Amino acid sequence: MTVVNEGVELTVTGNPPTATPDVPRALATRSFDDRASWMSAMAGALGIVWIAYQITGWSGRLGFTLLWFVVYLALYAAISRAGNPRPVVFDRLAAATVAGGAVVVGLALLSTVSYTVQKGWPAFSQWGNFYTETAAGVRPTAPLDQGGILHAIAGTAIMVGIALLISLPLGLGTAVYMTEVGGRAARVVRTVVEAMTALPDVLAGLFVYATLILVFHLDRTGFVAAVALAVTMTPIVARSAEVALRVVPGGLREASLALGASQGSTVWRVVLPTARAGLATSLILGIARISGETAPLLIVSGASTYQNLNPFAEPMNSLPLYIFSAVRSGQPNFIARGFGAATVLLALVTVLFALARYLARPKRGSR
Amino acid sequence: MSTIDFLEDSLAHSAPESSAVGVDAVAVSAWFGSNKVLERVNLSMPPRTVTALIGPSGCGKSTFLRILNRMHESVPAAKMAGEVRLNGQDIYAPSVRITHMRKRIGMVFQKPNPFPAMSIAENVTAGLKLTGTKVSRSERSDIIEGCLRRGGLWNEVKDRLDEPGQALSGGQQQRLCIARSLAVNPDVLLMDEPCSALDPTSTRRIEETIAELAPDVTIVIVTHNMQQAARVSQQCAFFLAEQGSPGGIVEAGTTKQLFEDPHDSRTADYVNGRFG
Amino acid sequence: MTTAELDTPRELGQVYSTADKAFRRTTAGIGMTVLALTGAIGLFLGYQAIPTLRRYGLSFFTENQWLPQRDVVGLSSVLLGTVEVALVALVVGFPLALMTALYISEYAPRRLKSWFVGLIDLMAAVPSIIYGLWGFFFLQPQTIHVSRWLAQHFGWIPVFHVDTDPNAATWAQTKFTASAFIAGLAVSMMVIPLACAVMRSVFAQAPLGEREAALALGATRWGMIRTVVIPFGQGGIIGGTMLALGRALGETVAVLLIISPAFDIKVNILQVGTETTSALIAGLFGEASKAQLSALLTAGFVLFVLTLAVNTVAAVFVNRSRSGAATEI
Repeated sequence: MTVVNEGVELTVTGNPPTATPDVPRALATRSFDDRASWMSAMAGALGIVWIAYQITGWSGRLGFTLLWFVVYLALYAAISRAGNPRPVVFDRLAAATVAGGAVVVGLALLSTVSYTVQKGWPAFSQWGNFYTETAAGVRPTAPLDQGGILHAIAGTAIMVGIALLISLPLGLGTAVYMTEVGGRAARVVRTVVEAMTALPDVLAGLFVYATLILVFHLDRTGFVAAVALAVTMTPIVARSAEVALRVVPGGLREASLALGASQGSTVWRVVLPTARAGLATSLILGIARISGETAPLLIVSGASTYQNLNPFAEPMNSLPLYIFSAVRSGQPNFIARGFGAATVLLALVTVLFALARYLARPKRGSR
Repeated sequence: MSTIDFLEDSLAHSAPESSAVGVDAVAVSAWFGSNKVLERVNLSMPPRTVTALIGPSGCGKSTFLRILNRMHESVPAAKMAGEVRLNGQDIYAPSVRITHMRKRIGMVFQKPNPFPAMSIAENVTAGLKLTGTKVSRSERSDIIEGCLRRGGLWNEVKDRLDEPGQALSGGQQQRLCIARSLAVNPDVLLMDEPCSALDPTSTRRIEETIAELAPDVTIVIVTHNMQQAARVSQQCAFFLAEQGSPGGIVEAGTTKQLFEDPHDSRTADYVNGRFG
Repeated sequence: MTTAELDTPRELGQVYSTADKAFRRTTAGIGMTVLALTGAIGLFLGYQAIPTLRRYGLSFFTENQWLPQRDVVGLSSVLLGTVEVALVALVVGFPLALMTALYISEYAPRRLKSWFVGLIDLMAAVPSIIYGLWGFFFLQPQTIHVSRWLAQHFGWIPVFHVDTDPNAATWAQTKFTASAFIAGLAVSMMVIPLACAVMRSVFAQAPLGEREAALALGATRWGMIRTVVIPFGQGGIIGGTMLALGRALGETVAVLLIISPAFDIKVNILQVGTETTSALIAGLFGEASKAQLSALLTAGFVLFVLTLAVNTVAAVFVNRSRSGAATEI
């Protein structure tokens, strides 16, 4: 083939006269061999492991699945070795392993949710009494159509409400301080808040115990429990609200200040409304987090069996504490009620979570 | 010879004369989502020739270049139609192993992108490692020296091969990237505005490198710089996207003809700097 | 007037209006309140810990029994148990979190990606008591078979040894329950989403230029991940794992539900009984006497210092990984 500068054969522009319809091609990068390899390896491994279990008399579903996966990887590698260069074999094994890990995590989450709901359903579906009655005067062995968790739901609602009243201004104020005022002190606050979000929750209970109960001699009431929840929640709200405020464009602030507005009213009328969705999300996630918080309550909250709507006198119950005491009772019916309450808690968290995702969804077409 | 065989037989580091492989694009169209950006482009890029793709921004020349080694489809919602033939074989055929095809059609990007975790020497041989090509220790140092020489970088870095690739200047990094793509012995080298992030001196060094490579490798280069296209290329294709319609080739031909005697008035306007 | 005098920079000190001053003072006040509150946690726990530490001295860390009524109190077995549970959680959780993060950022179909991210976030939002129920009622009956198998085949390694004959036809199932291993598995469920979220967000920032460079050289997807994504994400991998460790060290309710308390110094994680610091605090606090309370508060202080140290190291790694390390131009 001779190629020189002049006289290069060139095809130029335009539609060829015999134009086939101009449709996008399928850009499949996985060949039949790719697909057939993993499927056959999977089926083969299932067979081998099943036979092995028949012969050896091993037991346990978990072990079966683990072994299946290991044999699958080995088979897949062996099949891929034939006719594929080494990088492709590694690529396939890596993809299979990574996907396997993700599947394990997915299955674990799925089994957590489905197991809780399945065990909780008998109590959860007692629409007549489970949500309208309390545990007052109900023996742990009583059938499921007696007694309910109204006192725990009410207790959780009151405690979370009080915790919210305390931690919303504190958390939001701190976030505003960190983003809008700034300075060296604000950086120290941010560092400490960040460290706090990761501290074990049981310590918040210990702290409130060491102060309110030991120093101020308060009783183990709903209020004290709510303070412990607020201690857990404040850094969470502060940190996620800070993230929400940070994404407010600086130009908006400057526009408001250029109009002669004070910094306070700029924050109040421009920054906070702009970040509304993000702030709501951070708040909801904070609520979801403390609704299921158990460890601090084990330390500072008593657990009543009756309805107590006064947070300042006598103990209150709450969903997490109710669940804890129920499943530790050893009574099948009480355990079933505990799972029912756990299902309620799980549903609550999921709804709050979905709400937060909905509020934080990316807006279409705006800006 | 089956498609896979033909793509796999290029492993041997053969004499440059024997691997004269050209690329032909046949009725190539491209979309991003429902937005069509290229309309049935036909272009033949013959062996051992430097082809320059010129045209204003947004005319689809970079998209076209990325279609030539299937980088286009890594963008979300990117689609294409038509065929790209390497030595007569369609690289979009289902039987083609994409990694082997990319080994034969190397690419140099607009921004220098050496691997930060690797030394200069490791960067050069990264492609060998990634494609599982086994080389002996002596071969390895030969390849490092040879590729860095061909990339015009050897004299500047021969005493510090173990330093990180990112310690180099921008122009040196780009030449390191060229050396890196040469190590797997490609037949075709695609260059996407390789000098746009570089100063004039570095640009000149890279143009010299291109001229030195041209006898061995088929080079396709996208450039915004008319003088550069005139200096380095033997043939030239002018891309243009009219308002609201997908891009395509207005005119293609030898560089001499395109710059001195363009057939299309739009080409004449563009090469003479009257628009774009 | 000389030119030198002319060239001194003017003071540009901003004068705030009264309203602005009030605003800045209020928010600063709130910020300081939160700071004081959080600082107070450490101070109060530390203050409560002084008498105990003075009384028991170093033996508080070397003694393994927890018998406040006999004035014998020590954390050695509890700290060992804490570390064992956390290590099991990490050994199981780290690879799973890494694989899930890689899957979501590199393998998952684009359309499903945000769904998977949401699922991982939901997994982090599920209360730990639910994981405790799951671990105790669902996982434990399954896991004892795996525990037995491990004891059968790797029992010669002290970690996997169990003081019973695992090969017996009617094997002692209760010897395999309520162990550090099972508690660690439940805790791994809580640390996986935490570590996974950190790793995934760092992987997603791996520069496109380097990814494309690797692919254009003929790399497979895994080759690209190994040469570009993982080196880039190293800081996130380490930081996320450290965060997970911090969380695992402090996890309370799930562990409390699963383990049965035991204060022996032992490394055989498959065998029944262990104790962790947080589970000790939560478990004994309800019916604790005065002397025991201060010992528990001291245990809390130890936990505070431990997790604070781990979390600070984690933060350093995560923050470092976010800045730089990319091809910059």
